[in-house]
Amino acid sequence: MSTKIDKIDRLSELSAAKDDERGVSLWTEAFRRLRRNPAAITGAVILLLFVIVAILGPILAPFTPTDPSGIREGVVKSGQGIIPGPTGDHWLGYDHQGRDFFSRMLVGARQTLLVGVISTLIGLTIGALIGGVAGAAAGLGGRVGRWIDVVLMRIVDMLLALPSLLLAVSIAALLGASLTTVMIAVGMVSVPVFARLLRGSMLAQAGGDYVLAATSLGVKRNTIALTHILPNSLAPVIVQATLTLATAIIEAAALSFLGLGNPDSAIPEWGVMLADAQPYLGIRPGLAIWPAAAIIVTALGFTLLGEALREALDPKLRK
Amino acid sequence: MFRFIVRRLLQLVPTLLGLSVLLFIWLRRLPGGPETAILGERGTPALRAQVRRSLGLDEPLLIQYGRFVKRTLQLDLGTSISTKREVTTEFLLRFPGTVELTITAMIIAIGVGIPLGYLAARRRGTWLDHASVGGSLIGICVPVFFLAYVLKAIFAENLGWFPSSGRQDPTIGATHITNFFVLDGLMTREWDAAADAIWHLVLPGIALASIPLAIIVRITRASVLEVLGEDFVRTAESKGLTERTVRGRHVLRNAMLPIVTVIGLLTGGLLSGAVLTETVFAFSGIGAFLYEAISNRDYPVLMGFILIIALFYVLVNLIVDVSYSLIDPRVRVR
Repeated sequence: MSTKIDKIDRLSELSAAKDDERGVSLWTEAFRRLRRNPAAITGAVILLLFVIVAILGPILAPFTPTDPSGIREGVVKSGQGIIPGPTGDHWLGYDHQGRDFFSRMLVGARQTLLVGVISTLIGLTIGALIGGVAGAAAGLGGRVGRWIDVVLMRIVDMLLALPSLLLAVSIAALLGASLTTVMIAVGMVSVPVFARLLRGSMLAQAGGDYVLAATSLGVKRNTIALTHILPNSLAPVIVQATLTLATAIIEAAALSFLGLGNPDSAIPEWGVMLADAQPYLGIRPGLAIWPAAAIIVTALGFTLLGEALREALDPKLRK
Repeated sequence: MFRFIVRRLLQLVPTLLGLSVLLFIWLRRLPGGPETAILGERGTPALRAQVRRSLGLDEPLLIQYGRFVKRTLQLDLGTSISTKREVTTEFLLRFPGTVELTITAMIIAIGVGIPLGYLAARRRGTWLDHASVGGSLIGICVPVFFLAYVLKAIFAENLGWFPSSGRQDPTIGATHITNFFVLDGLMTREWDAAADAIWHLVLPGIALASIPLAIIVRITRASVLEVLGEDFVRTAESKGLTERTVRGRHVLRNAMLPIVTVIGLLTGGLLSGAVLTETVFAFSGIGAFLYEAISNRDYPVLMGFILIIALFYVLVNLIVDVSYSLIDPRVRVR
């Protein structure tokens, strides 16, 4: 008997202690760990630079990125394989259409960021909607819920069975070549990934004690799904979104390479610039190397940050 | 086990059926049907309608779909609109090339990736560990087509070590039985033909292997690190087992499960990369052909190829699931 009383006493002591110091939230703790991780700092610095260039690029650019001045002045004759390299005025030389390459690199950052962010948002929104409904239905909805879950997940599986680039190419064929097409195509490819991830995460949370507690307190099922399960399931989705930003930029470049990107190559975008540079690889490799390096470094920034975020949020690695 | 495989195969039926309906509707919504590709600029409305009628595209969608299903069940996938050959013939002609390329890439990725990831885990914190982790991070971020171009420019065009395009030197005059050029060369004992086919596979294989290699290194390292900390490894070591036994039977075998899963997923997903590498190296596989089929609106080819690829993808995943129980007796599939 006495042991039981002891236990209860200790429990109340514990809860009193907790009231005093107040637990640190998952995100606060994750952020604290991120700051101590050199990989996360490197990624964040890369991304900060990238965003600054994306915003200020047009102001910083020394020349108009769409002005074919090199051809007008007769310096660039790409038909004869004459594309001058870096000079004091033109830091990275001209491109094959006689435009200042350094200015194009600076201005191109904005379009590249736009492609990455918008396509990830498309994938995240649609995927999270499907996965969220399936997860909530499976976790809480009884028999009908299970059916909704099965049907939705079969559709997602079908999307997953299609090779991603094929899916993107057929979407691009349906909509015609443009930057919007690339964003939609790249976004749609990540839909099944986000859907599966959020559903799995929600199902894992649905068995939690706090869900049981909320249910026994009489909280409505919809409210439990939206305000209890969903917020607790978001961590892996956010990590995946960061990593998807990297792949989105790379996949967008691949679509541009296949000729499905923006047909108006006057507006600079790194993927299009890289694709356009292929015929001139032998004459001026810099035309391909600079945009490729920019894409690789940016993708690296997102990947580093995403991986570090994953580590910081993983309960297994805590402490 | 047998029942598990049968059930998984039966589950395939609704997935493939749904996929075919989805594809059917999807493809017919693409603007500019096959008649545009056939007639080009000179198509008058009357001519277009005639071509559509001859292809059976003027009938209601439901009837077209019904006919498609009926024919498919008889293993007849129709005739390609652009090459006028049977879709199955086209597939058997081109699929071997992609399979050879995929196998080459996976051999490189697995052969280099698992040992490298294992060593990185054993020597955690050394330069080897840092280099392989850093290298794999960069490997994921390099666009495949760019890597393919760089490899082609350096090793084929500048140094001339490897051929820059195609699957085999046509002047060799190799005999082709199965269209797996390497296999054909070995079967007919035309050793030079087989060697030449392998030679053509090296550069595209490396380009295609870059992403799977990077992922396999990372997953092997993480998985081995986790197993190395387990109690049973310490027990095995303190029992006095040789290091070789501990490494092979205790560490690697237990670390294999996540690695095999990832390998399966990667193999299925390699086709996207194959489209790009095949384009750069003018390598005749299904990747480049599918890309052309989309721009030509070659419906029969698209439907047939995509369905077979999806089937292939699901089968690879099934093999992965079955191999679990071979690697890890704890996983008893029922």
